Amino acid sequence: MTKTFAAALRAGVLMTLVGATSATAAECIAPANPGGGWDFTCRQIGRILQEIGLESNLVQVTNMAGAGGGVAYTHVVSERDADPELIVAASSATTTRLAQNAFAGMTADQVRWVGTIAGDPGVIVVGKDSPFQTLSDLIEAVKADPSAVSFAGGSAVGGFDHLKVLMLMDRAGFEDARAIKYIGLDGGADAITQTVGGFTQAMTGDISEIQGFIRSGDVRALAVLSDERVSGFEDIPTAKEQGVDLVAMNWRGLYAPKGISDEEFARWTDALQKVADSDQWKQVMTENGLSPYTLIGADFQTFVNDNIAEIQEISREIGIIQ
Amino acid sequence: MDILSNLALGFSIALSPWTLMLAFVGCFVGTIIGALPGLGPSNGVALLIPISFSMGLDAISALVLLTSVYYGAMYGGRISSILLNIPGDEPAMMTTLDGYPMAKQGRAGDALVISGVASFYGALLATIGLMLLAPLLSRVAFEFGPAEYFALYMLAFCTLGGVGSNNQAKAALAAALGLGIAMIGLDQTTGMPRFTFGELHLMDGIDFLVAIVGLFAVSEVFHFIESHGKDSAIGVKLGRITIPWRDLGRTHGAMARGTGIGFLAGILPGAGASLGSFLAYMAEKSVSRNRANFGKGAPEGVAAPEAGNNAAAGGALVPMLTLGVPGSGTTAVLLALLLTLNITPGPLLFTEKPDVVWSLIAALLIANVMLLIMNVPMVKVFVRILSVPSWVLLPGVTMVAFVGIYSLTGSSFDMLLMVAFGVLGWICRKLGIPTVPIILGILLGNAMEDNLRRAMVLSNGDWTYLFSSGISIGLWTAAVLGFVAPMFLRRFLKKPPIPATESYDRD
Repeated sequence: MTKTFAAALRAGVLMTLVGATSATAAECIAPANPGGGWDFTCRQIGRILQEIGLESNLVQVTNMAGAGGGVAYTHVVSERDADPELIVAASSATTTRLAQNAFAGMTADQVRWVGTIAGDPGVIVVGKDSPFQTLSDLIEAVKADPSAVSFAGGSAVGGFDHLKVLMLMDRAGFEDARAIKYIGLDGGADAITQTVGGFTQAMTGDISEIQGFIRSGDVRALAVLSDERVSGFEDIPTAKEQGVDLVAMNWRGLYAPKGISDEEFARWTDALQKVADSDQWKQVMTENGLSPYTLIGADFQTFVNDNIAEIQEISREIGIIQ
Repeated sequence: MDILSNLALGFSIALSPWTLMLAFVGCFVGTIIGALPGLGPSNGVALLIPISFSMGLDAISALVLLTSVYYGAMYGGRISSILLNIPGDEPAMMTTLDGYPMAKQGRAGDALVISGVASFYGALLATIGLMLLAPLLSRVAFEFGPAEYFALYMLAFCTLGGVGSNNQAKAALAAALGLGIAMIGLDQTTGMPRFTFGELHLMDGIDFLVAIVGLFAVSEVFHFIESHGKDSAIGVKLGRITIPWRDLGRTHGAMARGTGIGFLAGILPGAGASLGSFLAYMAEKSVSRNRANFGKGAPEGVAAPEAGNNAAAGGALVPMLTLGVPGSGTTAVLLALLLTLNITPGPLLFTEKPDVVWSLIAALLIANVMLLIMNVPMVKVFVRILSVPSWVLLPGVTMVAFVGIYSLTGSSFDMLLMVAFGVLGWICRKLGIPTVPIILGILLGNAMEDNLRRAMVLSNGDWTYLFSSGISIGLWTAAVLGFVAPMFLRRFLKKPPIPATESYDRD
C-alpha cells in the first residue's frame, strides 16, 4: 500500500509541477484532445515563442475538447473575454462550424482573429488501380453519373473534407450538390483505407495526413488544392492547372478574446509574424507536410469573413443550415 | 533473419539504464493510472505527453515512457475490476464479471495472478505478432469496408445474450438502452445534432468513460451504502496468497484463445481492445468446459478477457504504425505523440524509420517483462486494498473517479452526468439488468450506425450490399449462430442454467 501511495504521490507531484510552472505564463487553448491539429498548433507555436524569446515561460497548453471546438469558443467568449494572455488554436474546422452555426449561436465576430501561419493543402486521391487519370476524368465521371462515384473524407458530412468535394464540383460547373456521394470517417488515414480497399472511388483530405500513402504508391493524387505545387510533391498538379479554380487550405492559426486592447492584440500579431518568419517554424512545416500560408491581423479578418460567407452558401445548398 | 538483426538494433537503442528507468517509472505509473477508475490508458498517456515534453525527452525515450504507461494501464485496469467491481478502464469491464465474484470468495490473489499472467501472455504474443507480421497484417484493414464493420458489430451484439445474467431479454434491453444513448450528439452522416437540446456538452455525444465510471463506480457506492457493505469483497478474509499453478495450467487454453481473438480485434481499426476482450470472454464462455461457472468466479472468465484486451492493445499498434489509423483512444494519443515527434506513421514507417519502430517494439517487450515481474509480487500489495476500511476506501475511489472524469473535458457537466449514470446503474442492479451491454451499446453504437449508413450511401440504398463479401457473410453467419445456438443448446442439455444465475443476480 505504501508503495502504491508513493507512486501515486510521485505522479501527482509531476502533474502539479507542470501546472505550477504555468501560473504566470501565456496560455494556449487547444479545443481538442492532445494529438489533433489544434494541439499541434498550440504546442509548436508555444515552443517557438519560448525559443525565440518572446515568452519567458513555457506556454501552457490547455486541452479543452468538446463540440468540435465549441466548448472552448463559448468558454473564451463568456468567461475569458478580456484575458490578454490567452490564445486559442483554430483551423478551417473552426470557421466551418461557425458558418454552420454549430457553436450554439456564437458568431465569428465574438473573438479577434490573430492570423494563420501555415496551411495544409487539400488533396484529391484515387486508388492506384483507379481508371481516373486526371482530375477532369473524375469530374466528368461524377457529372455523368453521381451515384457511381463516392468520396471518402476525414470529416463528417458538412465538414471541411466534404466541402472540398462540393466546392470542387461547384467550380467545375456541377450544380446538384446533394447528388454527390460522400462518406465521413474518423480522420484522413481511416478514409484512405476505404479508398485503398476499393470501397470508395476517391478520397479527399489534407496532404500531411496521407503523405505516406502517396509516397508508398497505394494511392494516386489527382490534384492538390493549393495555389502552387507543394514542395516535396512537385509531380502532383494543382487543381488550378487543370482548369478548376479551387484553393482549399486547412489553415493553422489562432484567435484571441474579443475584449483585449489593440496593443495587447498587436502583441499577438507581432509575435505570430515572428514565429512565421522563424527558422524553427519553417522546419516544423517541412517536417509535417505543411505549406506556408501566412495571413495576419486585418488580412486574416477579411479572409475569415469571406471564408464563412462561402461556406454558408454551400451549406445552405446541401441543407446543413437553413 | 532480418527480424533478429532489427530486433537487436531495437534493443541496442532501448536497453540503456536511462530508458530502463523510464520504462520502470512508466510501468509503475501506468499500472496506477490503469487501476484508478476514470483514469484510463488514453487520458493517462495524454496527461504524460506534456510531461515528456517538459522533461525534454528525445523521441526514443518519450516513446519508451509512454508505451510503458500504455501497457501498464492495460495491466492495471484489471486490479480495480477484480477488487472493487469497478473497471479501471473500459477494456477491463469484462474482467469484473468473474474477477469480482472470485474476490468475494476470498480468491482475489488468485484472480490477480491469473489475470496478470494472462495479460503478459496476450501482450507478449501480440508484440511478437506485431514484429513478425505488421506490414502483412496492415492489409487486413483494407478488406474491411462499412458492410464488414457493420457485420462485426452485429456479431458482438448477437452474442450479448448471456452476459451477466442469462435473461436474454434483459441483456437486449440494456443493449438497446446503450444504443439509444449512443445516438446523442452530432450525426456523422448528416452533420445534424441529435438529442442535444442545444447543449454544447452533448454535441460530441456521451463519453463512454463517463458512463462506465457512473454505471460501475458510482452505482457501486450507492449499493454499498444501501447494503452497508454486506456482500462486498471489502474485508473478506483472504486465503494465503500463492501462485495458483493449477488454475494457470487450466486456463492456458483460455489465454491462447483470448489472445487470438483480441489480437484480431486489435488489428481492425474499427474494433479495439474493448471489443477484443468482450469477444474473447463470450467465445470462452461458449467453448469452455467450465462454462456453467462463468459469472460466478470462473478463472477462465478472468484469463480470456485479460489476454484478449492486452493482445488487442498490441494488435492496435499494427494499424497505428503501418497506416496511421488509430484503433482505439489510446493509440490515437500515441499516434499524436509520434506526430509531435515528427514521425508520421504510415506505410513507409517500417522502411524509413526502422530505428523508431524496432526500438518501440523492444520497448514493448521490455515493458511487458517488467510488468509481469512487477505485477505478480505486487499482488500482495494490491489485495491489501481490501483490508482498508470501507469508509476510507470508497470515498477515496469516488473522489478519484470525479477527478478523472473532470480531467476529461474540464467541465462539471460530465460529473453530473456521471452521477446520473450512477443512479441508472443502481436501478439496473435492482432490476437485475446487466450493465455491460449498456456500455457496449455506447461504445459501439455510433460506429455501428455510421457504418450501416455509409454502406447505404455507397450502395445507393441497396441492403443486399451488407452481404456482398465473403468476410461479411462469414461474420453474419457467426452472428446468427451466436444468437441462436445458446437457445438450442439449452434445450438439448436440458439443464437450464437460469436458477443458478438468478442467485448471482440477487447478490
